[in-house]
Amino acid sequence: MSTAPLGHNVSLERRAWNIRRHAILMGEVQGQGYIAQALDIADVLAVAYFHAMRYRPDDPDWEGRDRFLLSNGHYAIALYAALIEAGIIPEDELETYGSDESRLPMSGMASYTPGMEMSGGSLGLGLSIAVGKCLGLKRKSSASYVYTLFSDGELDEGSVWEAIMSAAHYGLDNLIAVVDVNNQQADGPSTKVMGFEPLTEKLQAFGWFTQRVDGNDLPAVRAAFDAAKAQTAKPSMIIADTLMGKGVPFLEAREKNHFIRVEAHEWQLALAALDERKPS
Amino acid sequence: MKPAASNPGSGKPRLTTSAMIASIAGDGQRTKPAPFGHALVELAKQDPSIVGMTADLGKYTDLHLFAQAFPDRHYQMGMAEQLLFGAASGLASEGFTPFATTYAVFASRRAYDFIHQTIAEEDRNVKIACALPGLTSGYGPSHQATEDLALFRAMPNMVVIDPCDAHEIEQVVPAMARHKGPVYMRLLRGQVPLVLDEYGYKFELGKAKLLRDGYEVLFISSGIMTMRALEAAKALEQDRIDVGVLHVPTIKPLDTATILEACAKPGRLVVVAENHTVNGGLGEAVAGLLMREGVHPAFRMIGLPDEFLAAGALPTLHDRYGISTDALCNRVKGWLK
Repeated sequence: MSTAPLGHNVSLERRAWNIRRHAILMGEVQGQGYIAQALDIADVLAVAYFHAMRYRPDDPDWEGRDRFLLSNGHYAIALYAALIEAGIIPEDELETYGSDESRLPMSGMASYTPGMEMSGGSLGLGLSIAVGKCLGLKRKSSASYVYTLFSDGELDEGSVWEAIMSAAHYGLDNLIAVVDVNNQQADGPSTKVMGFEPLTEKLQAFGWFTQRVDGNDLPAVRAAFDAAKAQTAKPSMIIADTLMGKGVPFLEAREKNHFIRVEAHEWQLALAALDERKPS
Repeated sequence: MKPAASNPGSGKPRLTTSAMIASIAGDGQRTKPAPFGHALVELAKQDPSIVGMTADLGKYTDLHLFAQAFPDRHYQMGMAEQLLFGAASGLASEGFTPFATTYAVFASRRAYDFIHQTIAEEDRNVKIACALPGLTSGYGPSHQATEDLALFRAMPNMVVIDPCDAHEIEQVVPAMARHKGPVYMRLLRGQVPLVLDEYGYKFELGKAKLLRDGYEVLFISSGIMTMRALEAAKALEQDRIDVGVLHVPTIKPLDTATILEACAKPGRLVVVAENHTVNGGLGEAVAGLLMREGVHPAFRMIGLPDEFLAAGALPTLHDRYGISTDALCNRVKGWLK
C-alpha cells in the first residue's frame, strides 16, 4: 500500500494516517518500540510538519527553518515517521529503525538523524535547550519558531519548570511547546505518579499563553498551532490530551502501560486495523 | 584571615572561615583583578558570537564585568544550573559562543547530566567557567569542588583546563574560544595571584610546560598547586634539594609526550600535586599514563583526601589536608629521607 502520496493536496488526516503507518512498520522491524505514543502524537506531528512549520526537505539545516525539538527522545519512532512523511528521511530507511549502523536509533540523537535537533533519552532537557535556541534566534532577528514536544511525565522534572519560568521572563513568543498528556509514564498514570493538575491554570500563572485541546482532534490542534503563532510577547503551551494507541482500536483498548507489548503477529493486525481506516 | 577568639587551651588565635573569598592570594603576593572578566570583555570586542550566561553568580565569577560592558549579550538565567547549561547548548546550536559561569560544585554535581547530554554529547561550542575549584572555599563540602576534574575528565568531548594564575587565565579565555567544542575551565576570581609572568610562560591548549628543571624531584601540577610547587621548589633550595616543576594546565587532553619525556629522566622522584581529590584527577591520569607506557619513576601523589572536607579558614585547611607550601616541602623531605 502506498503510504507517501506526493503533492500539496494531501489532507492532514491522510498525513497523520501515513505517520501512524510508518511508525507501525518501524515497530515491526524492531518487534518493539513506543508505538502507542507514536500513534497518540501522530496528529500533533501532522499539524506541525504539514501545517505549521517551515522547512526544506532537501536542506534540513536551512537557517530559515522552524526548529523542532523532541524532548521525549523515546518518541523518536514517531518523529522519524513524520520526517519520512516530510521527505527529510527516505522512506526506504524505515526498515533500518533501531538496527546497528542505522541513522534511526531507538532514542533520538542529534548527530544521527537529519532533522533531529537535539539528543533526547534523558528526560526534561528539551525546554531548556529551546530557551537557548529562542534567545539565539531573537539575537539573530530570525523569524523562525522553536517547537518543542515533551511528555506529561517530564512535568515531574524541576528543570522543566526552570525553563518555563525563564521563557516567560524573556518573553519568548518564538517558543511553542506541546506537552503530550497521555497520562502514562513508566510507573503508571502520570497524574498518579505525581499530580500536575490543574495544568492550564499553572502554566497561565507562570506567564504562558496556554491552550488545552484534544490532541487527536486535527482541526482543534491546527487551530491551537495557529493561535500560538499569532501570540506575541509570551511563550505558548499547547496541552494536548491524547489517547495512547490512537487509530488502532485493539491498542487503544489495551491495558495502559508506558511500554505497550505488541506480540509478533499483532504488528500485521495493527497495520490491517489502520488500513481499514485509511482516509481519502 | 582575621583572628577570632583565641583557641582555648592552645593560646593560638583561631582563624575565621574563608567562605566565598575574593582572593586566594597570600599576604603581599602580586595579584591582578578579575582576569577572566577582563579577558572576556576584550575577546567579546573582537568576536560578536560571544555571549555571557550565569546562574545568579555573575558577581562571584567576575562575569559582572562582561554584563556591564555588553548588557544585551548577557543572559541571567536565575539560580537554575540545569537551565543554564541547557540554554547554553541552545545558544551554541544557533551559532553563538556562550561562556557560562557558576560554581564548580554546581556545574559538576547538579548540572552534570545537562552538560553531558546537551553540551558534550551534542558537541556544542559551550565554554564553562567555574569558580571555587577544589579547596578554595572554607565554606564546607557544599562549595568545595573536590571532584570536578574527575567528573569532567570522564566526559567524552570535554576539554578540561585548570589554570594557575591571572597571567594564565588571560590567555586561556581566548584559547577556549578558538577551540571548537565544549571546554571546562576552573576559574579563579577576584584578586588572582600573578606568578607565571615571571617565568615567561605562554599557555597553549593541550601543552604541559616545564617552568623549572631539577634533578632530584619533579613536581607535576596544575592550577594553584603549580604556584605552591614553585614556592616549595624555592624553599627546598635551602635544603639543597633540586626540584623541577612541570605545569599541566590542560587536564584533558593530557600532554602525554611531554609528561612521559619528563618522567623518563632517571633518578628523579615524581610528585603529582593537585587541588582535587586523589581519586580520578591529574595524579591518577599521570599514573595511568606511566603504567600504560612502561615508564616507572619513583612516584607519589599529593591531593585532597577521599572525604568530605572541613569548614574553616583556608590556611588551616590547606595545612591540614596537605596542599600548603609547607606541607609540600615536608612531604618531599620525608620521601627523600
